[in-house]
Amino acid sequence: MYPHILLAVDGSEHSVRATEEAIKVSRLSAQSKIEVVFVADFSKAKDDVLHSEGKEALEVARRKKISAVEEKLEAADVSYYVTILRGEPGPAIVDHANKKQVDLTIIGSRGLNALQEMVLGSVSHKIAKRVQSPVMIVK
Amino acid sequence: MNMSLREQWFSNVRGDILAGIVVALALIPEAIAFSIIAGVDPMVGLYASFCIAVIIAFVGGRPGMISAATGAMALLMVPLVKEHGLDYLLAATILTGIIQILFGVFKVAKVMKFIPRAVMIGFVNALAILIFMAQVPHFIGISTMTYVFVAITLAIVYVLPRFFKAIPAPLIAIVVLTIAAIYLNFDLRTVGDLGAIQRSLPSFFLPNVPLNFETLQIIFPYSLALAIVGLLESLLTATIVDDMTGTESEKNREARGQGIANFITGFFGGMAGCAMIGQSVINVKSGGRGRLSTLVAGLFLMFLIIVLGNLVVQIPMPVLVGIMIMVSIGTFDWSSFTYIRKAPKADAFVMLATVIIVVATHDLSIGVIAGVILSALFFVAKVSKINVKQRIEDGKTVYTVKGPLFFASVDHFIASFDYEMNEKNILIDFGSTQIWDDSGVGAIDKVMIRLMANQNRVEIIGLNPESKKLVDRLAIHNDPAAKMPTH
Repeated sequence: MYPHILLAVDGSEHSVRATEEAIKVSRLSAQSKIEVVFVADFSKAKDDVLHSEGKEALEVARRKKISAVEEKLEAADVSYYVTILRGEPGPAIVDHANKKQVDLTIIGSRGLNALQEMVLGSVSHKIAKRVQSPVMIVK
Repeated sequence: MNMSLREQWFSNVRGDILAGIVVALALIPEAIAFSIIAGVDPMVGLYASFCIAVIIAFVGGRPGMISAATGAMALLMVPLVKEHGLDYLLAATILTGIIQILFGVFKVAKVMKFIPRAVMIGFVNALAILIFMAQVPHFIGISTMTYVFVAITLAIVYVLPRFFKAIPAPLIAIVVLTIAAIYLNFDLRTVGDLGAIQRSLPSFFLPNVPLNFETLQIIFPYSLALAIVGLLESLLTATIVDDMTGTESEKNREARGQGIANFITGFFGGMAGCAMIGQSVINVKSGGRGRLSTLVAGLFLMFLIIVLGNLVVQIPMPVLVGIMIMVSIGTFDWSSFTYIRKAPKADAFVMLATVIIVVATHDLSIGVIAGVILSALFFVAKVSKINVKQRIEDGKTVYTVKGPLFFASVDHFIASFDYEMNEKNILIDFGSTQIWDDSGVGAIDKVMIRLMANQNRVEIIGLNPESKKLVDRLAIHNDPAAKMPTH
């Protein structure tokens, strides 16, 4: 069941909860592999570059954002790998999921930007609508 | 760069052409507004944007980056244009190009890496504030309708993109509001009141300035400032595009390319320009990746001017003001407020100092240079902290020295010893220190001589080989006849 699980994360509380669910699902079968996807947001590129010492520091800063997620996955001893995409979060994840024909997409109900996304995160909304695989939205 | 030239041009034809068109549409209002800031005809900025974009497409080092007439450069030119006129600006543009080519040849891009981020953050914030301040005379206290148009423009540029993204919102604001202003006969100042638009291609001519030392004296300070600021913004933009696309760029080639573009632009009646953060982000977001996108942006811009020249002069000034307010809001680094609280105090201070100096002098280059010097001083102060600890061990007084010993730390080092001691065994452990220069060696001398003057027995351990060599070569404290070195 679900050999290729895409777990979309942004470093928020919600993505940590989504990780817990992803771990449960991956335990259903031995060949399940989790692909952790993080999007380096285009609209934050200027900020990110201005506030980092250089390329390497920026890379580390991004990995740090998903370290809570990685810790959970490592503790659970499930097999996973990390992909960092570049673009606008919603469309970038949709494109990637459809191109890779993932078997299940898991995402938190909303991300870091709670102000704009009062009800359902716009990213999770886009993904629920446009990703071809089944989608699990974690509250 | 490991992409072949063919890939740099033609690996993304569809995306590049579409993005180039979007960028051209977004460039028009900015090119006009930056001309107005500089105090020249709109054509000077439009010709510059056309020439620079087209030339950079071929000679730049960062495919997909957009260069044209910019606010940072326009702001630097204001006094030159006011006092000496357009021809001197064009001459300064040519000289800017020459300086940048030299910077590129001598690999200045590497030096630019050393500009601290506090200075860069200060730079973009100061730029944003200056662009905003330049708008104030065009909308404060003119008429109620002016305020209304500025407000409507801002509403359009911020709200519309949430629903419709295919055409840049600023262009929609311009078209809709220009038509509204014409048909409803509002009394608003227009671009035409501030300069003329010619619907023709730029042509080659030599700026009408005397070729003598006096001219050079006038333009050189401006050209140098333009060259520095232009490269600073271009290399920052290149890094942002690198990050967005996950690819590398050739920074020295970009520096040279910027130089070539400005050099040629000066002969075609355009003002000096550089890479633009906002437009480059728009280009990448719209799908532009290759050199073709930059070329299309330049060509399509010129095409639009030739076709739409008549409309351009009728654009109401308040609409341009609204768009420039958007540009300044977009340029400002809003995370600076968190930065001030969370960054080390010295960094926050450098950032604020850079902003304040620029806003006070209206000169971005002075702010940047002052910021760099300030952070260098803070850096020296930070690394010059030397720590000397004293303890008693087996009847010996042991001093442990930590931190680098050099000209900036010698005073503190010398003051750390107790010179009241008499006839003691003293051991100084240099195991965790490094002696950087002759001042450090001199300081060791001084301390030894003063301690030995009171019949103490002083022993030194833990000098690493390089420091030992320096001390052996220069130190005079072993010579019993030595007196205090006279520095």
